[in-house]
Formats: sequence, C-alpha cells, structure tokens
Amino acid sequence: MKRFTSLFASALLVCSMAVTSAQAADKIVVGFSQIGAESAWRVANTDSITSEAKNRPNIDLKFSDAQQKQENQIKALRSFISQGVDVIAFSPVVETGWEPVLKEAKRAHIPVILTDRAVDVQDDTLWVTFMGSDFVEEGRRAGNWLLENYGRLKAEGKSSDVINVVELQGTVGSAPAIDRKTGFEEVVKGSPVKIIKSQSGDFTRAKGKEVMEAFLKSEGKNIDVLYAHNDDMALGAIQAIEEYGLKPGKDIIIVSIDAVRGAFEAMVEGKLNCTVECSPLLGPQLFDAVEALAAGKELPKRIVTNEDVFPAETAAEILPTRKY
Amino acid sequence: MKILPDIQNPNFQRLLWPLAALAGILLFNLFFTPGFFEIEIKDGHFFGSLIDIINRAAPVMLLAIGMTLVFATGGIDLSVGAVMAISGAVAATVIRPDYVKGVLEYGEIQPLYLVIGIPLALSVLCGLWNGILVAFVGIQPIIATLILMVAGRGIAQLITQGQIVVFIHEPFQYIGSGFFLGFPFPIVMVVLIFILTYLLTRKTGLGLFIEAIGANAVASRFMGVREKQIKLAVYMFSGLCAGIAGLVVCADIKAADANNAGLFLELDAIAAVIIGGTLWGGRFTLLGSIIGTLIIQSLTTTILTRGIAPEVTLVFKAVVIIAVALIQSEKFRNVFSVMVASRRTKA
Repeated sequence: MKRFTSLFASALLVCSMAVTSAQAADKIVVGFSQIGAESAWRVANTDSITSEAKNRPNIDLKFSDAQQKQENQIKALRSFISQGVDVIAFSPVVETGWEPVLKEAKRAHIPVILTDRAVDVQDDTLWVTFMGSDFVEEGRRAGNWLLENYGRLKAEGKSSDVINVVELQGTVGSAPAIDRKTGFEEVVKGSPVKIIKSQSGDFTRAKGKEVMEAFLKSEGKNIDVLYAHNDDMALGAIQAIEEYGLKPGKDIIIVSIDAVRGAFEAMVEGKLNCTVECSPLLGPQLFDAVEALAAGKELPKRIVTNEDVFPAETAAEILPTRKY
Repeated sequence: MKILPDIQNPNFQRLLWPLAALAGILLFNLFFTPGFFEIEIKDGHFFGSLIDIINRAAPVMLLAIGMTLVFATGGIDLSVGAVMAISGAVAATVIRPDYVKGVLEYGEIQPLYLVIGIPLALSVLCGLWNGILVAFVGIQPIIATLILMVAGRGIAQLITQGQIVVFIHEPFQYIGSGFFLGFPFPIVMVVLIFILTYLLTRKTGLGLFIEAIGANAVASRFMGVREKQIKLAVYMFSGLCAGIAGLVVCADIKAADANNAGLFLELDAIAAVIIGGTLWGGRFTLLGSIIGTLIIQSLTTTILTRGIAPEVTLVFKAVVIIAVALIQSEKFRNVFSVMVASRRTKA
C-alpha cells in the first residue's frame, strides 16, 4: 500500500509539474491553500479569490482545499514549493506549527502571504504580509455594541446589573476563536457582563445547535446574551433557542461575527440582533499584493480590510446587497 | 422466556462492562450536575438532558448499527461520514435544485418520497460500491472504504458547490426535529431500525451467517454460506444507515453542510462498536453498539453542560474512552486484580 501511494503521489507530482511548466510562461503562478468550506463565509472567501484570479489574465492560481486539516495544508504548501510557484498564499487553519514548512518556502525564495488568519512564528521574515481582518477588533466591536445596546434591547423584567453571556467559540486553537474571545473580554472587563459558559461550536451550525441546547439545559432562563464567534453557529443556536421555547433576539440577545447573508435574513426576522462584519472578499486585495510583489515592491506587514458593524435595524436595507 | 437477564449468559456478560461505564457517567451526573435527570413535558413532548443525549446520539447510533454488521464480517466502513454528507447534500438539492446557481425562490414543493428516496438510493449505491470492492474485487475493507471516505466528501461538495444549502420543507424537517408520541423522531426511527435489524439478524439465520463469515470466511464458504453476497448486502445496509443518519442531521439544522455533516463520525461509530464489545470478525452485539454510542454522547453532553474548558475536552474524552476500553479487556482486568492482590499481601 505504502509503495502504491508513494508511486501514485509521485505520478501526480510529475503530471502537475508538466502542466505548470507548460502554462507558466509569463504568468505569475500563485499557490493558494484554503482551509476548507466550513462556513458560508469561507465559501465566499474562496469564491472571491478564484473569480478574481480568473479576471486577471496574468495570474495563474493553483487552489488547494485542506478540509480543515493542518497536515493537508502543510502537504499543499510543500507541493507548491516543489512546483516552484511564484507566490504562496494561505489561510492557516491553526496558529502554531508552521515554522518548518515556512522555512522551506523561504529557502526556495517563495514569498508567503497570510490571508485572513495569522501564524504564531518567532521569525516574522518567514512571511511577507498578513492580509485580513483584525479579529481582536471584531471581538471588541461585538462587546462595545452589546454594552451600548443591551439596556435598550433587554427583555422586560431583566436587569442590567448582571448580564449573563454564553459564548460559542470557534475551532479551538484557531486565530479567530482566540482573538474574538480576547477582544470581547477586553471590552466587557469591569462591566456587568459576565461570561457564564463558553464552549467550542467548531464554527458550524450543527455544533452551534448542539452546544446551545446543552447551555440552555444547564442555564436556561439565566442566559441573557449569546455571543457567537461566527454567524453559522448563531444560526444553529437560534434553532435550539426556539426549540427550547424562548424567543431568540428578544429573550436572548444575540450578537455574532461575519455578516453573512443568512445572518441578515435572521435579523430581518428579528431573531438576531447584531452582526459584526468580517469581510471575506479578499480576492482583489490579495492579487493586488501579488502583483506588487511580482513588480518588486515592498508590502506593508499588515493589510487590514475595511469592515462595518450591522445592527438588526439596518438589516432589511442591506440584505439585498450582500454577496455572500 | 425469562424476564431477568441470566447473569451466567455470556451474551449478557459482554454487555456488563459497557453498561457499567454508562452507569458510571450517569451516576457522576446524578451527583454533580444538578438538573441532569430532570425530564419535563414541554409543548407536549419530553424535554431534558437525557432526551438530548439520545437525540444527539441518534445519527451515530444509526451508523453504529450498520458498522456492527460490517465489523462482524471482519470488515470496516470508513465511508459512513462521507455518505452522510452526500445524502444530506442530495436531499437539500432535491428541495432547492437551483439554490447553488443563486436562485433563492423555491420551485414547486418536492414530494417527500423524492426528498427521502433519491438520497437513500444513492447511499445504498455507495454501499454497493464499497461492497463490490470488498467482496468481489477483494480489496482490504479499510482501503476500499477509505476511497469513498475521501472522495465522498468531495462529491458532496460538488453537489452543493461548496455552499451550505439552507431550505424549508416542513415534512422533511420532521425527520430531524419532529416529535412522535412526545419523543424526538430520530429516537423513534433508531428504535425501529434497531428492532428490524435485530429481528433480521437474530430471528433468521442471517446473523449466524454474518458471524460465520467474520470468524472464518473460507470455512463458511465450504459450508455453503454465500460469503460474497452477504458481504455485499452488509455494506449496502451500512450505506443505507449512513444515508438515513445524513438525512437526520440535514433535516435537523435545515441545511446541507457538505463540509461538516458527518465529519469524523465514522470514528465515533467505530469507537462505539468497539466499546460496545463487538470485536473484529465474528460475534457481534447490536445492543452493545447502542450502549457504546450512548457512552460517547453522554460524555459529550456532560462536558457541554458542565462547561469543561474546550481545550481539554478532547483529552478528557480520550481518557474516558481508554478507561472504558481497558476495563473491558479481560487481560487488563486480570493484571489489575493481580496488582491489587499483591499490594494487599504486601500490606
């Protein structure tokens, strides 16, 4: 079996190398390793990158889906290196463990662009620029919105002296989960907001629903606010809250992050109160950076995307314009 | 018919340890998690953590029922998680065929038999593929089903074009979140399928044939057991179970999430079967696998209701599963009791 796989792998490699050498006459070859397609956000991100690549005749994009696994992503990066692409871009699935493969890229003189998630490495010359949202800031925005609006939105009979929050975290160890938690906690520190339960819902609907169900069983009506690290988990949790017999958006105030279309639909129905934007439409910025690199320009170490906060009141107006 | 289980009966003895482990987890909750055993009636249906455990375990139970038979023939089916994803993706696509092209309006409402029938037919087809590779082509089961495990999720993503297809279809949603006589419908369905499988394997010769193949395929072939056909049927059955599980998950969240539906659930199902006491090839116990699933899920629900830090959740789960597997091992129990005895004599 082992021999078979290695044979197969090398055959694949030979094929793909033959293809690249044929194509890569004067195009900029970009290897992009995506995390997977775990949420609507990620799908829009993939879409923005692949469609932007198609629109630019000088770009040849090699796209690889890691299905949420770091080992797949490392494999993809290694294969990009052996294919000799011009630029590598990737969204790291977790923050740690990237040193060896990034060193290999550096030795091969291939610049690496991090998109939307950062890595935790000692030597920051291993990557050229980190492009994407500031997750800590998103967490802060969610916290600030809550502090400013809770008094106005809270159900009658609930006090503002203690605000019990349950938190649905993203995938354990991922940058957005860590940072969104940090940012939120930073803002609500010293306020009446108290996080009473916090568990991982893996950024998915099904897990968000299951975890919320368990929260409701143990805390029930004590829960005043749900803070979800992404919209998909919030949408799953909304179903759990409805099945429990409470009104999402009224009995439990819900704030989440990402601003995908489903979140706007839920806000129009009054089931979600606020979503903090985390724009996935990185394609144009990414390939601008790639072209700048190819032209020999210096890039800033940090490129932040422009983002907004959308409370429920604006949802009906904005919904038709959402691309994802 | 005896009503009390016969303690000397080896079949019962094999269930003893898994049952003890399950009882241990539940006992822990009885003392340390307030409200864990409360069951209220809300809107005419039962409601509580215990119901949650069974309801959330339903998809894995379905997988485990199919997996148990596959295990008994000396095989393994790694593709069940991927088949779940395919089945859900197909169901959602039948309901909203143009969603992936960006059409948000629903066409005419599809009849329920199509929404259920097409995905299940495809799931059986997936099982047929596995079965042919294992029984007729002679590929090792772990490799044969690995193919579909990897490719299947890709197929599911192709069907939904990588998007999460959300839908509203009242009759179909009943499969995932409806209630029958006060119980969540997935539980009722698991009970029905369990009884059917039990009758089929224990009240006919089929169960014995399956065990014979698993124990010694060559000998059973010489005895006239149609080894290949039975293996084929068992993999098809496992595919069917996975398909139903996929529908349950998809109907529950009212969306087909090709990337996450059933992800790593094959591992849960395999763990459940082994914890339940079915060994690779030969004797099997369906009830044991159900208990195994309950052990895993009550552990998960316990972790979620008690609020153990998410970083240590997986480690905690692993420790409990190792403990359960160890107390089931006769060798370990012997070594352990010798150790305890020697310490006593020293003291």
